[in-house]
Amino acid sequence: MEKYIEIIDAVKNFGSVQALQGVSITVKKGEVVLIIGPSGSGKSTLLRSVNRLERLDSGRILIDGESVTDSDSDIRHIREEVGMVFQSFNLFPHLSVLDNITLGPLCVLKKNKDEAVDTARRLLEKVGLSDKEKAWPEQLSGGQQQRVAIARALAMNPKVMLFDEPTSALDPEMIKEVLDVMTELAREGMTMLVVSHEMGFARAAAHRIIFMDAGQIVEEAPPETFFTSPREERTRKFLEHIL
Amino acid sequence: MMRRGSPFSDRNSKVSDKTTINVTDGTLIPLKDEGTLLSAWNISFFGAIALLVLLPVLSPDPYLRILSFVPDGLVATFSVTLVSIFFALLIGLFAGLGRISQKRFINRIATVYVEIIRGIPLLVQLFYIYYALGPLLKLKGPAAAIVAMSVCYGAYMAEIFRAGMQAIPRGQMEAALALGMSRSMAMRKIIIPQTIRIILPPIGNEFIALLKDSSLVSILAVSDLLRRGREYASTSFRYFESYTVIALIYLVMTLFFSRLVAMMEEKLRHRGKVH
Repeated sequence: MEKYIEIIDAVKNFGSVQALQGVSITVKKGEVVLIIGPSGSGKSTLLRSVNRLERLDSGRILIDGESVTDSDSDIRHIREEVGMVFQSFNLFPHLSVLDNITLGPLCVLKKNKDEAVDTARRLLEKVGLSDKEKAWPEQLSGGQQQRVAIARALAMNPKVMLFDEPTSALDPEMIKEVLDVMTELAREGMTMLVVSHEMGFARAAAHRIIFMDAGQIVEEAPPETFFTSPREERTRKFLEHIL
Repeated sequence: MMRRGSPFSDRNSKVSDKTTINVTDGTLIPLKDEGTLLSAWNISFFGAIALLVLLPVLSPDPYLRILSFVPDGLVATFSVTLVSIFFALLIGLFAGLGRISQKRFINRIATVYVEIIRGIPLLVQLFYIYYALGPLLKLKGPAAAIVAMSVCYGAYMAEIFRAGMQAIPRGQMEAALALGMSRSMAMRKIIIPQTIRIILPPIGNEFIALLKDSSLVSILAVSDLLRRGREYASTSFRYFESYTVIALIYLVMTLFFSRLVAMMEEKLRHRGKVH
């Protein structure tokens, strides 16, 4: 399979804090890669660098051969093809559910209204929220908001989806409904880079797990080997905490 | 003379301070759940109206004469206030955007403007534009008044816009950028619409403050409400009666609008919450 996302020697400092100390990751087309690690390990920073919400100090990131990190690259065009789902959903509270989903296609992709609405309705059905298109974000539960946020990202017809701790802000009973949508997406062959500690999702959908600590990759392996026979001591310690 | 009761005009706070949106500072805007404040509003408002009705009935000379003499001034007061608030909002929007701009030069210009204007009393600014810059700008009284009030209130509006935009969670901009929007499109489609909801009450507050401060323009040969009262008083020597009527009219207007702002705030509280 071809390389789809290439992260080459990424370095990022926040003042004196070294968030990323030379991280390299390659994600192939259709691959689902899960990044885990303790808080402050740099995993979110890495994910946010992929669509340049954070700018690297050095290193390169390529998506489908296009550079994200060069300052003269067309970052807006790249972002159109990279969907992102946030921990805090970040739905637009002044827009209805349907308008949240159609905004990107209408304003950025310049689609016509009928087409955008059709796509939005199809996606709402996919995430199981067809009856909520007229609702306001604040009227929805956290799990429902996150599913709308996934639909909003998918409406741009992205080639890659980034998930930044998509279930961390959710009550336990709502986590499953979001993970089900993500698992379904993984089955359909979406290329996904996911920062999450959801081990159920890791086992069900991930092709590879990357364990990060202190801005570096400690270990990477397919889920079955990762959970049953981790090589590194640090990985074992971390797994003891979360399993 | 400087304004009271505006949530963003704490004279001790530096411009660079992060201001939180606090629209009910209690001096002007009655809260629904504070019964005493509400009844104080009732006493003031209906008391003033009762006086404005009773005085002319019981003593038509001079009260009825005064009341028929001043409406021209009311029109002037409202014209100056409305035109000024319109331009103040425009200036405030751009200066507010400048205050949060990442471009250093723009940011500095906007901040210097806000610092300077907030540091000079409105009355001095009025004198400055009408008398000091008069030979240069050649503005007539009403135009000078509008320019001075717009420029002055623009600086306060800028701080309201800035605080309002900064109150929008950072994730909103990030979500918009992640969809492929440009910063300016994200501003127009995501940030400013949410900001307007938050800042409507403080803007209403500024409107009331401006309505009151518009009385200052009477010194620039603008025949506003106060000046009409003064004209009547100086020809009839009925100072007490003239200024009583003027004060009561201002009181009725500001109390009316403050109630309106309070109702608007109450309505906005139910919709458009930003998590």
